[in-house]
Amino acid sequence: MTHLLLFIEFFKIGLFAIGGGLVTIPFLFNLTEKYDWFSRLELTNMIAIAESTPGPIGVNMATYAGFNTEGIIGALIATFALVLPSFIIIVIISRLMDKYSCNIRVKDFLSGVRPAVIALILWAGVPLAQISLTSELNILIFAAILAAMRLWKKSPIFYIILSAITGIVLKL
Amino acid sequence: MFGGGAAMLPILKAEIVDKRRYATADELVDLYSISQCTPGIIAVNIATFIGHKLRGISGAVVATLGVITPAIFIIIAVASILSQFMDNRYVIYAFSGIRLAVVALIINVVIDLARNNIKHWGKTLVFVGTFIFLLFVKISPALLVIIMGTGAVALGELQRRYFK
Repeated sequence: MTHLLLFIEFFKIGLFAIGGGLVTIPFLFNLTEKYDWFSRLELTNMIAIAESTPGPIGVNMATYAGFNTEGIIGALIATFALVLPSFIIIVIISRLMDKYSCNIRVKDFLSGVRPAVIALILWAGVPLAQISLTSELNILIFAAILAAMRLWKKSPIFYIILSAITGIVLKL
Repeated sequence: MFGGGAAMLPILKAEIVDKRRYATADELVDLYSISQCTPGIIAVNIATFIGHKLRGISGAVVATLGVITPAIFIIIAVASILSQFMDNRYVIYAFSGIRLAVVALIINVVIDLARNNIKHWGKTLVFVGTFIFLLFVKISPALLVIIMGTGAVALGELQRRYFK
């Protein structure tokens, strides 16, 4: 039963997480509320690992989430279910027309979805902040990392390693 | 390949346009914009498109599997190794630090996305309104996407019909 649910949920994410990898975060957060597949804490760890391993972040997140839920089978189901909707859509688009261009209604749909999707990512960040920013020191470190990110556009993995070292040194 | 999506474009160009000549640079840019216009992960979408262009359905299947297979192997390996050390004291400290970076990363992405996409007061209103709505009302992200997208299509139709 979990296998089927896993497939349905990740198929939905593949269909509605419009705009790429990080958009999957609010969808995965929604899963932590619906099922006991993985906790918010585990989700936060997953984001870090998906960001610091090669491969598309969305795919990494799905594989990790599936693996956390049902082992290797779960990882395979979640990943295939994630890419299946866009696979079907792209094959249909490629067959229907040689030169597909964004239809005006598709454009409207996407431009309406975009601000909402950004709000969704921010919304998923709130509970993750609540479980992470638990002390004044933590808030200070968080603010420093964010400021550094705004100033120097280094890759996420740089900040993840830096914060891991900070965590070990300061025994957070 | 790190970063996904846009980070993939130069690598794709080097491999697909310059080395293998599977597509021209113009076609690649087209594919990239179409891939942003379809749901799903952009990197995977581009692979599926190019696979289909070259060899039809079987090409699409192979190309898609090609993009996701390394990720599956790496993540399963990392996840299995990590799960054995998750109760190690230092790993716990490290992840307490990492979680702060993850929250910063999310806020950072939201700032970038907002700067690039929310340039119009109407969109600002939609963004702020949706965020406040989400704080008070429980709704599935999928349903929200459907509602906001359909609303925008309806609004666009009305505009084209009556305000032109």
